[in-house]
Amino acid sequence: MQNMENRSLVTIADYSKEKILYMLQMAAEFEKNPNRNLLRSKVVATLFFEPSTRTRLSFETAANRLKARVIGFSDPKATSSSKGESLKDTIMMVSNYADVIVMRHYLEGAAQYASEIAPVPIVNAGDGANQHPSQTMLDLYSIYKTQGTLENLNIFLVGDLKYGRTVHSLIQAMRHFNPTFHFVAPQELKMPEEYKLYCKEYQIKYEEHSEFTAETIQDADILYMTRVQRERFTDLMEYERVKNVFILRNSMLATTRPNLKILHPLPRVNEISYDVDESPKAYYYQQAHNGLFARQAILCDVLGITLDEIKKEQ
Amino acid sequence: MSNIINKRELQVAAIENGTVIDHIPADKLFSVVSLLGLQHMGNKITIGFNFDSKKLGKKGLIKIADKFLTDDELNRLSIVAPHIVMSIIRDFKVVEKHNVEMPSFLRGIVKCTNPKCITNNEPMQTLFHVVDKDNCVIRCHYCEKEQQRNEIQIL
Repeated sequence: MQNMENRSLVTIADYSKEKILYMLQMAAEFEKNPNRNLLRSKVVATLFFEPSTRTRLSFETAANRLKARVIGFSDPKATSSSKGESLKDTIMMVSNYADVIVMRHYLEGAAQYASEIAPVPIVNAGDGANQHPSQTMLDLYSIYKTQGTLENLNIFLVGDLKYGRTVHSLIQAMRHFNPTFHFVAPQELKMPEEYKLYCKEYQIKYEEHSEFTAETIQDADILYMTRVQRERFTDLMEYERVKNVFILRNSMLATTRPNLKILHPLPRVNEISYDVDESPKAYYYQQAHNGLFARQAILCDVLGITLDEIKKEQ
Repeated sequence: MSNIINKRELQVAAIENGTVIDHIPADKLFSVVSLLGLQHMGNKITIGFNFDSKKLGKKGLIKIADKFLTDDELNRLSIVAPHIVMSIIRDFKVVEKHNVEMPSFLRGIVKCTNPKCITNNEPMQTLFHVVDKDNCVIRCHYCEKEQQRNEIQIL
């Protein structure tokens, strides 16, 4: 439904294999040198209709290091949407000022709708439980960087696979690269049927596990940990039973592959024990750092700046 | 094209010119009435309710005089009643018969069941992609949630 002019990034599912690899190359350029003049005359708006400090700081740093000016809000209580202004009116108003809008919204589909009405590109920084494509791009970049490829990897997704949007988007994005997924989750938070059907549709191999032990993960190239949230459980007894089962401890890493890297979208609570932080296999802090480069690539791409232009500007 | 109507089965008066919509499941009749906006029409309209039907048990029937529905208008009904049949009548004869066909998308017809969907919180039209025509599975263009036929609510 988007018109051809619109370069918005709403969902990772819109990216082809070629586009993903292209965006990774772009991110790699920014990792070499994140401080550029590419967006010197641009204004980037960051509209956070729900707070997300981590994502907002990452996008704003990306924009600042490219010399853009940043406007926006981090708390909708201070804006007209608290007076009942529609999303459309807010988006149309900000489009008058900014060259690109980065938006986070608590409603699902908000970014898609904004991209259809806004004359400037929209970058979805999370719409409810739906999509969060910049997170997926930084996950992909982290996998690519640590494994040297995205092809033929064993990827273990652990924890809340029912509600965790990052793991769902990762499956969609990895469909191009012949992965083998392992879904490791308590019964109540199992991977939903629709994503298993998605795997079948795209011939993505997967196995399901209800136990999380050193043995389960010994063939992993990537261990993607997610938070098991108390509020997700209807049965609190079940929560009490599983909350200490789906914890990664350093002792479980002894028999894992040497190339294994542990990812986590953060924030963590207790699902990765602090003794894992010292392991060379722990990668979640660097992963968050990679978010800066991935988001610089996204901002440039939606504004029509090409990889060649970025290389030349160097 | 058959134009023979068995008089014994004719349960309401024939119309000279217009549209007959038949084989409407009885419990969907009033949804069909409102989807077509019949309450706002000035034409003569006969609505039959709880007629006997071999296929459906109880069925509904609508005859609209001097109005010829288009395929688009008909296909809007697919979401509630996929097996209805529309006949175009001219000079008391059936001149065309159309089966309803599920369109590939539905704009402004169905409500999204996800309370956190933008379409339920913003003055805007809904839009659904029909992902499975046979089983009537639709997916919201905005929040991407899928709905089955029994969950579908007409706006």
